[in-house]
Amino acid sequence: MKRLFHPGLVLLAILLALLPFTFGNSYYYDVAVRIAMNAVIVIGLNLLIGYAGQISLGHAGFIGIGAYATGILTTHAGWHPLAAMAAGAAVSALLAVLIARPIFKLKGHYLAMATLGLGIIISIIINNEGQWTGGPDGMSVPTLSLFGIDISGETRWYGLMAGLLLFSVWASLNLIDSPFGRALRALHGSEVASQVVGVDVVRYKVAIFTLSAVFASIMGSLSAHYIGFLTPGVAGFFHSIELVTMVVVGGMASVFGSVVGAAILTMLPQLLATLEGWETVAFGGILILTMIFLPRGLVPTLAAKFGRKA
Amino acid sequence: MALLEVSHLSKAFGGVKAVQDVSFSVDAGIIYSVIGPNGAGKTTLFNLVTGIYTPSEGEIRLEGRPIVGEAPHALARLGMSRTFQNLQICMNMSALENVMVGAHLQLNRNLLSAMLSLPSLARRDRQLREEAAELMRFTGLAAYLDTRADAMSYGALKRLEIARAMAARPKLLFLDEPAAGLNPKETEEIDELIRKIAESGVTVVLVEHDMKMVMNLSDRILVLDYGKKLTEGTAAEVRKNPDVIAAYLGAHA
Repeated sequence: MKRLFHPGLVLLAILLALLPFTFGNSYYYDVAVRIAMNAVIVIGLNLLIGYAGQISLGHAGFIGIGAYATGILTTHAGWHPLAAMAAGAAVSALLAVLIARPIFKLKGHYLAMATLGLGIIISIIINNEGQWTGGPDGMSVPTLSLFGIDISGETRWYGLMAGLLLFSVWASLNLIDSPFGRALRALHGSEVASQVVGVDVVRYKVAIFTLSAVFASIMGSLSAHYIGFLTPGVAGFFHSIELVTMVVVGGMASVFGSVVGAAILTMLPQLLATLEGWETVAFGGILILTMIFLPRGLVPTLAAKFGRKA
Repeated sequence: MALLEVSHLSKAFGGVKAVQDVSFSVDAGIIYSVIGPNGAGKTTLFNLVTGIYTPSEGEIRLEGRPIVGEAPHALARLGMSRTFQNLQICMNMSALENVMVGAHLQLNRNLLSAMLSLPSLARRDRQLREEAAELMRFTGLAAYLDTRADAMSYGALKRLEIARAMAARPKLLFLDEPAAGLNPKETEEIDELIRKIAESGVTVVLVEHDMKMVMNLSDRILVLDYGKKLTEGTAAEVRKNPDVIAAYLGAHA
């Protein structure tokens, strides 16, 4: 419980509580909700990439599974949103476990290629199964209603997502400082050394891959309700890359870095919209500069500079 | 019954026979050393016994139980632990955390209780932090309690490997060249440390090039040359053996 008072967590809570006072209109809430959704996914992905040292270039696939499970089960089958969300998470977890066993025998570029393939396959299935998913035309998703309360409107979504974000940060900080988390970081540092003290390396890789897939799936379900309309792009390759970029820019092996990375890369397209056709160029430029000058990512670099542990 | 029994162990890498028909046994409570010229197959032998490599032929028994084919993490569960000649330190963690990883198997490793930081888990973790610090003091690393592993000197990292291996509470500890690259004073300290470890009841199997250290410490010595067992015996016996002298100094010395 001691980490309930982790200074970063307290700061984040205060920030999330105060932010609405600076919001001029619902557009700000909208951006904040999208940031929080991405942040939770990126926190999960950072556990896999930053802490355990494994890569996934197909994580948007799990967002797609969650989103379309919600879309299909609530509209075609009339399921309760929570049941649909749980079903999506279960499918994602099952797929992650089944796929992870064979692919985590691979390392480096080969693992990257395998996860890339996984994401692309999921995306193709969503595109092709038009009678369920609406194919490239997309499908609409009903409003989320929890315990008789409609979660509609940006302020309610903001409250829900702020809560979920704080929970994710708290749980992840706990995780990395636990025996499980140390085993993850140890297999990143030296696989053979962690093996000889009893760490079943493959089991841990599978477990963290599955956990991050579940994070992504649940956020996929929520974003489907929030946006109210789904297109296959949610599961696409570019979305996966965007998520990995958030991990890298914010900082590998940094929970708060994940939040910062998600915030920056979610806001950036909005800020750069005035540049019209040039926004992707500016986007790329910022990325290149980050890689050159802040290779460890924003938060770890700044934390090292000011002598604090991220 | 011996703690560790190795019989007719062989390992070939393609055409290279790194270890050929090696048999030996290690009784509980002793310091057992494996020596031999460079390339004699000492580290390969270690990797075979600790499950990193799978033998081409032969049998290994720990407390009478056959262990060939068991993964290293499963062998850790049976009470084996080891250090590495080329350091295997987790540079992304603090020195203390490296030692704490050693105690992996004694802890609650459940994912959900970790995320929710259940009080029992948090309490055990605080206790472990204290135990790991104690082990660091035992191995002479008291000065590095708050240090990141990547900020430590080579000599200190060598000890950190030993502290991590000890945190696993092994019955049988394999030390692969613990004194390699150390100066004479540091070597003497490692010598002292190994003696203390053995006195605490841990059986030690040692690969080492420092002859003074090996002859001082070892209850029994196995000599390898070109992957084969040359001889085995007490320090006094090995020292007098003409084959050993020939292997180290050349056939006609």
